[in-house]
Amino acid sequence: MEIAYFPGCTLSTKAKGLDRSARDSLQALGFTLREIPEWNCCGASFPLTNDDLRLAGAVRNLVRAAEMGQEELLALCSTCYNVTKRANRVMREDTTRRERINTFIEAQYDGHVRVVHLLDLLRDRLGFEELRQRVTRPLEGLRLAAYYGCFLLRPADEIALDDPETPHLFEDFLAALGAEPVFYPHRGECCGSYLAVGAPEVALDASYRILQAARRSGADALVTSCPLCHYNLDHPQREMATRYPGFRPLPVLYITQVLGVALGLDPEGFGFERHAVDPLPLLARVPEKVSAL
Amino acid sequence: MTADGIPRALVIGAGIAGMQAALDIANAGYEVVLVERKPSIGGHMLQLSETFPTLDCAQCILTPRTVEVGQHPRIRLYTYAEVTEVEGELGHFRARIRRRPAYVDWTRCTGCGLCQEKCPARVPSDFEEGIGRRKAIYTLSPQAVPNKPVIDPASCIFFQRGKCRACEKLCPTGAIAFDQQETTVVEEVGAIVVATGFGLYPPAEIGEYGAGEIPDVLTGIQFERLLSASGPTAGQIRRPSDGKEPKEVVFVQCVRSRDPEHGLPYCSRICCMYTAKHAMLYKHRVHDGQAYIFYIDIRSAGKNYEEFVQRAMEEDRVLYIRGRISRLFPQDGKVIVWGVDTLTGKPIEIAADMVVLATAVVADPSAREVAGVLGIEVDEHGFFREADEAMRPMESTRPGIFLAGAAQSPKDIPDTVAQASGAAARVLALFQRWTHKEQA
Repeated sequence: MEIAYFPGCTLSTKAKGLDRSARDSLQALGFTLREIPEWNCCGASFPLTNDDLRLAGAVRNLVRAAEMGQEELLALCSTCYNVTKRANRVMREDTTRRERINTFIEAQYDGHVRVVHLLDLLRDRLGFEELRQRVTRPLEGLRLAAYYGCFLLRPADEIALDDPETPHLFEDFLAALGAEPVFYPHRGECCGSYLAVGAPEVALDASYRILQAARRSGADALVTSCPLCHYNLDHPQREMATRYPGFRPLPVLYITQVLGVALGLDPEGFGFERHAVDPLPLLARVPEKVSAL
Repeated sequence: MTADGIPRALVIGAGIAGMQAALDIANAGYEVVLVERKPSIGGHMLQLSETFPTLDCAQCILTPRTVEVGQHPRIRLYTYAEVTEVEGELGHFRARIRRRPAYVDWTRCTGCGLCQEKCPARVPSDFEEGIGRRKAIYTLSPQAVPNKPVIDPASCIFFQRGKCRACEKLCPTGAIAFDQQETTVVEEVGAIVVATGFGLYPPAEIGEYGAGEIPDVLTGIQFERLLSASGPTAGQIRRPSDGKEPKEVVFVQCVRSRDPEHGLPYCSRICCMYTAKHAMLYKHRVHDGQAYIFYIDIRSAGKNYEEFVQRAMEEDRVLYIRGRISRLFPQDGKVIVWGVDTLTGKPIEIAADMVVLATAVVADPSAREVAGVLGIEVDEHGFFREADEAMRPMESTRPGIFLAGAAQSPKDIPDTVAQASGAAARVLALFQRWTHKEQA
C-alpha cells in the first residue's frame, strides 16, 4: 500500500524519532511511504490567520501529493495534520479563496487529496483487528493514556477524526497494540502549545495538570502524536518536580514509538535517548517478543 | 369563516396547557375530547416540586385541575392514546385515535394499587426521570388521573419470559387482561387545540459535561424530582452516587440554550427562574450548603420574577457567577467544574458534590410527526409554527387548529395557561357562531 507522506519540519529536526519509528512501523505493516518532494513548512498557524498567503505553503504540499498521483497524504505531526487538512478544505469548498491561492502558487488544485493521520490510516486502510494480528510484542501490562490534545479533534466539523468530547479512536488503537487504555478527563485539553515560549509558566501548569490527571487515572505513560505537545509534556518535567510538591515523572511516548515496540521492531533511531523522562525502564516491562511458531 | 361546524373540540395533550383549554371549553358548555399519550394527565407540571415565583406546591395547585378534568361530564378523556390521523377541515374534522393496550381492564380496576405493590419487576421510571424506579405495572404518580395502571410489556416478566402473572393472581377484581389489544376510535370535532408540550435537550449529547454518565450531574427536571415530596427521596437532597447530602451544588444555566454553535440559538425562557428556585429550595433544605449559579445573564421578566431572583441572592445567599462552564468530570468522589468568571476574567475550578444542568427546552421529539398528522407546520427548531408571530400566536398554520403552551415555543406556566385560555377562547368564538347563527 503506497501513501504520500509529509514529514514536516519538526519530524526532520527535534522529533526525528517520531519520523523514524513511523517509517519503520508503517513499512513493517506493508505501507510504502512516499515522501513528497520539495515539501515546505505547513504554516503551523492556520487558527491564527485569515491570510491566504499563510495557506499557500500547506496547499503547495498538497499539490505535490496530487502531482504524484496520490489520493491520500499522511501527516503525522498533529499540527501539520490539522493545518493541512483545514487548508485542503478551503481548497475544496471555498471557490474564491481556492482561485486566489491557485493563482498565487501557479497551480490548479481542487482539494481532492484526502489528508489522513496515522490513526485513521490504520483504522481505515489496515483495520485495528488486522493490526492486532500483526502485533508480535503486545504491550501487556502497560496502562497508556492517549493524549489527543487540541489538533486531532478540533474544530470538530473540519477535523472529524473523532467526537471531540468523547473520543475513543486513539484508545482503540492502543488496545489493538495490547495495552490497556486509560481514560482520563484531560485527554483533549490544551498542553499550552506556543505559550511555552511567551508564557512558559502557563504552559507548564497546563501540561502539569494533564500529567497529573493521567497519573491519577493510573497511567504508566502518556502517548501523543504531536511534537509540540511532547515538548511541553516531557521536557519540563524536571522543573515540575521542583515546582509541584509530590510530582512524579511520567514518560511521554510518541504514538509510533509504541507502535514500533508492539510490532517488535528494533528501536534503533526511535529517539528514546532524547526524552527528558526515560521511557526505557517502562518499556522493558513489556514481555519480550513472542517467537513465531 | 365556515358558517357551520360541529361545536365539539379535540384537545391533544393533557398537560397544564391542554387541561386549561379543555376545562375552559367544557365549562362554557361544549364537549371536549381530550387525548393524552401518557397513562395519566398532568404533564411536566405534575413532576415539579414547587412553582416560581410563589413556591406553591405544584401538585397541590394542579391536582384540583386533574380531578376536575377526570370527572368533567363534558370531557371525554382518552389516556394512553394518540391521534394518528386527522381528516376534514375547520368545522368538520374526523380524528382517528389509537388507544394503546393497558393490559388492564380499566372498567374493572378500582385503583387499589395491590398489583403495583406485588409486581416483582423494577425498572427506571420516566416520570422520575431515571433517578427513581417503577414497577412493570404502574401509574405515573400516586395521584394519577385516571388512577388506573398500565403494564409495560418491555419490562413485564410475563411478557418477556412467559411466567409470573403475579398481578393477575392478586387483582381482587380480575382486571388484568394480558390479551388486551390496541383499539381505535374515531371522533368528529369542529376545532382542534394542540398542546403536546416540550422536550428537554438530552444530556447524553453533552460530551463536555460527561455525556449523562456522571451520576451526580443531574438535569433540572431530575432535581425537581429530588426536591419533590413525592419523589424518590421524599424531598431530601441526596446524591445519586452515594446518598450523601451535597454541600456544594453548582447550577449551570443555558445548557445548549442560546447556543447557536449547537443549533439552538433561542432562550429557553424558564431556566433563569427555575434555577433560582432550585438554588433557593436547596438552601432551604441544606442550610450550611453552598449554591453557585453560572449564568450568561439573568432573564427575570415576569410579575414578581426579578424580586424572586433578588431574594435568592440576598436572603438565601446564592452565589451568582457570570460565566460558562467548559467541562465537568468526576474526580475523587466530586464533580470537578471548570469554568470562567467573565466579570473578573479569571478561570474557576469548583469541586462540587452535585451539578444541576438547566438543559434547553426543545420541541417534543414527536412534534414533527404530530405536525404531519395534523397538516400543520413546525419552525426550524421543531416547535409548531403560529399563523403570525406577532398577531396570531394561538393559531397554527391550518384553519381550525389552535396552539397552546410550550409546543409552540418555550414558556412558563403562567404564559402557558394564558395561551391555552386564549386558544380556548378562539375555539369558543367559533362554537358560539355555529350554535347561535341567528344572532350572528
